[in-house]
Amino acid sequence: MRFALSEDQAMLQDSLAKALAALSPLERVRAFAGDLKDRGEDVWQGLSEFGLAGLAVPEEFGGQGLGLLEAALASEALGAAVAPVPFMGVVLAPLALTRGGSAAQQADWLPRLASGEVTAAVAMSEPVAGARDDAGVTALGGKLAGKALFVPGGMAAGLILVADRTGGLHLVRGDAAGLGRSLMPGIDETRRLAELTFAETPAEPLGNGRDLLDRLRDAAWVLLAADTLGAAQTMLDKAVAYAKERKQFGRTIGSFQAVKHLCAEMAAELEPARALVWYAAYAFDHAPDEAALMAAHAKAHTSEIGRFIARTATEVHGGIGMTDLLGLHYWFKRIGLNRQLLGGPERVREIAARLQGLAA
Amino acid sequence: MDLTLTPELAAFRDEVRAFLDAHRHEHEAGAPKDPKAWQRLLIAHGYAARTIPREYGGYGAEPDILKGRIIAEAFIAAGAPRGMAGQGISMLVPTLLEVGSEDQKRRWIPPTLAGDIIWCQGYSEPGAGSDLANLQTKAVEDGDDFLISGSKIWTSTAAQAQMMFCLVRTEPDKPKHEGISYILFPMDTPGIEVRPLKTMTGQAEFNEVFFTDVRVPKANVVGGRGRGWQVANTTLKHERGMLGDPNATEARLKALIELMKAETVDGQRLIDNPVLRDRLMQLQARVFAMKFNGLRTLTDETAGLARLVVKLQGCELNHQVAALAIDALGELGVLYREGPHLRAKGGWQWNYMFDLGLIIGGGTAQIQKNIIAERGLGLPREPKVVGA
Repeated sequence: MRFALSEDQAMLQDSLAKALAALSPLERVRAFAGDLKDRGEDVWQGLSEFGLAGLAVPEEFGGQGLGLLEAALASEALGAAVAPVPFMGVVLAPLALTRGGSAAQQADWLPRLASGEVTAAVAMSEPVAGARDDAGVTALGGKLAGKALFVPGGMAAGLILVADRTGGLHLVRGDAAGLGRSLMPGIDETRRLAELTFAETPAEPLGNGRDLLDRLRDAAWVLLAADTLGAAQTMLDKAVAYAKERKQFGRTIGSFQAVKHLCAEMAAELEPARALVWYAAYAFDHAPDEAALMAAHAKAHTSEIGRFIARTATEVHGGIGMTDLLGLHYWFKRIGLNRQLLGGPERVREIAARLQGLAA
Repeated sequence: MDLTLTPELAAFRDEVRAFLDAHRHEHEAGAPKDPKAWQRLLIAHGYAARTIPREYGGYGAEPDILKGRIIAEAFIAAGAPRGMAGQGISMLVPTLLEVGSEDQKRRWIPPTLAGDIIWCQGYSEPGAGSDLANLQTKAVEDGDDFLISGSKIWTSTAAQAQMMFCLVRTEPDKPKHEGISYILFPMDTPGIEVRPLKTMTGQAEFNEVFFTDVRVPKANVVGGRGRGWQVANTTLKHERGMLGDPNATEARLKALIELMKAETVDGQRLIDNPVLRDRLMQLQARVFAMKFNGLRTLTDETAGLARLVVKLQGCELNHQVAALAIDALGELGVLYREGPHLRAKGGWQWNYMFDLGLIIGGGTAQIQKNIIAERGLGLPREPKVVGA
């Protein structure tokens, strides 16, 4: 028994972080955020060459066939770099196709997902987080009708997985008739959200029943938790670095207990959360009985400690922490989006209680 | 990450479970019927004093973190009491093993493990709390002996203990960290007075101890004269490992869940109150996080920071679990001591109060934050006040 990353896992995370430092430094993120025509294709291209696109695709379809723990480590690295990459579909689409797709669907999509030629998005906000503004999709006779909100990566995806009101999943081609997309401008400009509309849109059913959607939900929660973990770690690192360098009253501010204790509190919250996220990802692959509960706790808990770290790290920076010049706000907003997406902590905790029979 | 047990470890787990099943009638309500006999039984099977050499009364196994963990989990699952864990066994014995003389090890370790000698720890003083190295209790040379004068505070079990391990100042002219010695003496030595220190719980979990010319042989110094600070840090390391133990927190959370399922208000179960339930789920996430953090500290060499946060986070979390129990109990939460309406013999109330002591003791939360920031994050120390 070993509760630690393997050498390969640590190397994956480390080399991805290095690749991101070259492909997507803060200036690149800033350019993406400021220009809606910028689709970040160079970043995606570079990451596909790195192998990110095929991370969760089985080897026989040209991918690497890695598990959710590796995917979570990648998600953490992307969060740490606030990379403008819609990562959720990279993991969830292969997962859904592998677990619920027909042989034809797998052969059709998985090789193209592995190469990065096609990107995927998952529309499941309504059955997971609850429907707002009358959103929701109805499936009838191989056609979809309705609208789906808050779809990360939905503006550009060539393959869209859509969950209908009953929890059934459908595959929709990016060029399908009757598919409409519009941007939902939001606080986190590093990941764009789409509103998708369906009018007599042709779709293929994927898998059967709610169970597959629940597994996609669990995986998505773990990925969001890992993204927050990475973003929060960067905010803490930046706060500590600033506290070591900034002088007031003739001393580095990090020597004042008022400041150093804020840093210690952030670290004390972050470290145990890391173990929880690792375990939730591990459970998804190896301990299915615990997977849903651990995913829910990882999502809700990182949302809480993420909020604390996002505001505290900003505060350690003083006024400069608020400025666009420093850019700390990209991490602040990234953590904010992860918190709300696919259920805020109160909703997710209620599901955690239900999973244990503690709530009706 | 590989959390599966090897066949050897799985067999070991089955062995521990079989032992616990065979001996389940020797304890009730989490306490052994005959504490010394239970202790002997556990040592004989290697479930207490596991890694302590046989010549000192232990079981003599090689250190194996995972087997230790398996034992802990099996005992919790069975509701069985662990071996004795007073300050003698958990702090003095490891210290003697590390720095004691052969004579000291043979003389003190076996009766301590057997439960025949209870120890108390003489560290803190009225003027030496967080700044422990400022201690002033003095030991003046007199032939082959020291004469000890001064006082100690926060001394748990001093009223029951036969022996004390104590920090005294033997070299008053040296810098404060270099003038301290670690010394052992019987509590019935003339010149020692113990006064119980009653706390907010209504009980005296601590004592004050006063020394007036207490005569102790120089041979009772452990680890060398003037080396007491280093020796004490050996012991404190063991104490911090004890405080904030995630296994204990997990057991407490389970008890809270049972409480919230069993208790009703206006006929509604406490668990059916969405506000209380949400707080419970928040704490459950934290308990899991600390549990996995604990597993990680056992087997991940990159877990330095994860280790440093255990005392701070674990003690705080214990207090929050007790606080939710009090809140969930509502007006019943104010009852204490005895009475037909009292729940769990007032254990939640006692924990809620006493846990504050654990947040403060063994290095306060604020000292823990200094340690995390300075050793874990590399932030600069507070500049020293001139003359302190």
